[in-house]
Amino acid sequence: MSDIYLDNNATTQCDPLVVEAMLPYFSEQFGNPSSLHSFGNKVGFALKKARKSVQKLLGAEHESEIIFTSCGSESDSTAIMSALRAQPERRTIITTVVEHPAVLNLCEHLEGEGYTVHRLGVDAKGRLDLEEYKSLLSDDVAVVSVMWANNETGTIFPIMEMATMADEAGVMFHTDAVQAVGKIPIELEDSPIHMLSLSGHKLHAPKGVGVLYLKRGTRFRPLLRGGHQERGRRAGTENVTAIIGLGVAAELAMANMAHENTEVKALRDRLQEGILAAVPNAFVTGDPDNRLPNTLNIAFEYIEGEAILLLLNKVGIAASSGSACTSGSLEPSHVMKAMGIPYTAAHGTVRFSLSRYNTAEEVERVIESVPPIVAQLRKLSPYWGENGPVENPDQAFAPVYA
Amino acid sequence: MWDYSETVKEHFYNPKNAGAVEQANAVGDVGSISCGDALRLTLKVDPENEVILDAGFQTFGCGSAIASSSALTEMVKGKTLDEALTITNQDIADFLDGLPPEKMHCSVMGREALQAAVANYRGEEWVDDHEEGALICKCFAIDDVMIRETIRENSLSSVEDVTNYTKAGGGCSSCHEGIENILIEELAARGEVFVAAHAKGKKKAPKKQEALVSLEMPVAEPAAAEPAPAAPAGMSAFQRIKKIEAVIEEIRPNLQADRGDCELLDVDGKNIYVSLVGACSGCQMAAMTVGGIQQKMIEALGEFVKVIPVDKAKAAAQQQALA
Ligand SMILES: Cc1ncc(COP(=O)(O)O)c(C=O)c1O
Repeated sequence: MSDIYLDNNATTQCDPLVVEAMLPYFSEQFGNPSSLHSFGNKVGFALKKARKSVQKLLGAEHESEIIFTSCGSESDSTAIMSALRAQPERRTIITTVVEHPAVLNLCEHLEGEGYTVHRLGVDAKGRLDLEEYKSLLSDDVAVVSVMWANNETGTIFPIMEMATMADEAGVMFHTDAVQAVGKIPIELEDSPIHMLSLSGHKLHAPKGVGVLYLKRGTRFRPLLRGGHQERGRRAGTENVTAIIGLGVAAELAMANMAHENTEVKALRDRLQEGILAAVPNAFVTGDPDNRLPNTLNIAFEYIEGEAILLLLNKVGIAASSGSACTSGSLEPSHVMKAMGIPYTAAHGTVRFSLSRYNTAEEVERVIESVPPIVAQLRKLSPYWGENGPVENPDQAFAPVYA
Repeated sequence: MWDYSETVKEHFYNPKNAGAVEQANAVGDVGSISCGDALRLTLKVDPENEVILDAGFQTFGCGSAIASSSALTEMVKGKTLDEALTITNQDIADFLDGLPPEKMHCSVMGREALQAAVANYRGEEWVDDHEEGALICKCFAIDDVMIRETIRENSLSSVEDVTNYTKAGGGCSSCHEGIENILIEELAARGEVFVAAHAKGKKKAPKKQEALVSLEMPVAEPAAAEPAPAAPAGMSAFQRIKKIEAVIEEIRPNLQADRGDCELLDVDGKNIYVSLVGACSGCQMAAMTVGGIQQKMIEALGEFVKVIPVDKAKAAAQQQALA
């Protein structure tokens, strides 16, 4: 029995067609796209094609709005730093408490350098308060950076609405769409979104390539200066092979968009229903009605996420967890904390993220495997009795320190 | 993924002594569900000779927490309580063929549960005095709390000091930014400003020459390559030491007036080690005194130097340990 991969929000398998398209660029097509001779020229044309295909996936108006970078994190950093440097008189950033570290850690660092950072909170389902957001928009805000969809729960944010509000207030808007691109349709042409980040390896392209979409006319300052690549907006010889892979992956994502939102979604829903029907004291986190079609995050009460993952891994199932122990920090996921998930469950969240490669048989196997694993760990837990959680776990278990 | 040893995996997949021991007469609870790990250790102790007849655990936690609990129960069975108490968290980690640095706290939890259970058996009160902070140095598993305490106790002011006292930052050096940020806060709290060391192309310590078999020609060091122990133009090393001594002598009367004193211990390039004694050692003023001495030194020598206060007793003990 082969292993089951349900960790596609972490990274995805390169599509075989993507790999095939890339191979020549490792060997005979080695030219530098900037060169005049035919070696370079052919590669230059291939880059152009890839750029067009990404443009199409994003529904962008111009091909030149696509800037290739090395990853999603670079795109995020470029966008936020550019907004600050282009508008030095503006000293405030608005973001959310549930962003990826690519944005959160940068903002924390900038706070140390004297910028003001407003982090929008979320409710129990991970939703933002748009009134609060509106009240924070001002002439001092250099950029709003809000993720399109959350990587842990899959919760989708009202990005168009938020970008419109920013636009009306004359504020630049960036969205980290790393988890959204390729999973839900995106149309940027008539949108008020100024900048958008995506990452190749989340949509079946290789690791090490990303894109910053930059709406024409948006004031910009490069992060990397040097050569004239990407029209001087991102210096450095292009990662040609990966970019060509991303081009093909973008085409495939377009072709599979309907499949993702019907078939993959149905598999995800079946997985959710199957697990919840068999496991007591478990619930879905995030906003189930407003969610990426491939993502399912379940909190299992009274057990710890890493232990669940290790036992899943033992039976050949790959998933991930927001538990503190998987990251080596002492804190459970900032996303679960922000939603106020009760402490009995926050450490036991498991994310299953699917892709078009998953099958109904795989989903059934996972549904069969999860309940005994949860039961096994609950049997070890001091918070679990014969048939359910011990009453008043706080009192039943009386540690000297807490 | 974690690099768990086979033994850790074995104790996680097939834990020994899971569940509560029947007729237990010693129970130790540590941790809490909100912290992400909790362990209840139950022991059956023979009242005649305090031998642990049986041990069981119930654990809420990650793979290594469960493995550490299982290991602990195996280790204590058959031991007397006093024998069991000699088990350290490192012993638990060793029993498991090692734990990743991020996971050492799981073994600490095991050790604490044991202490709590013994205290429970003896009717004593067990107070946990162990506080844990965010992990800073992953090479040596040193956390934030430990670094801050050491900085405070010893008035440390540089990353190098922190490495010397705690080992933190002595490995891959990628945590130096984190240590600097802690130093900035701690120094600010005692009214000082953190001054980063100058960037230096640190020369590797020459490898010990293997006797006899070295095929390499001993190449004479070009004199200029050695950034000569920071002797500024026109000052010999001897003159420099004399100047340093003179500065110390100049400030001593002032310190003595406050019933303190200062003594020069060593000079190592830019680092000037002094011991502060009497009223000024260990007190809040110590840091300011050191800052003042450093300022005077810099002015007198015309170069950047660092004055580092050293606890003389500790330094001597360290020397002895090294010898
Ligand atoms: C929402 C989000 N933003 C940014 C990133 C970082 O992307 P990359 O790994 O390409 O830097 C990720 C990947 O985990 C992500 O999920």
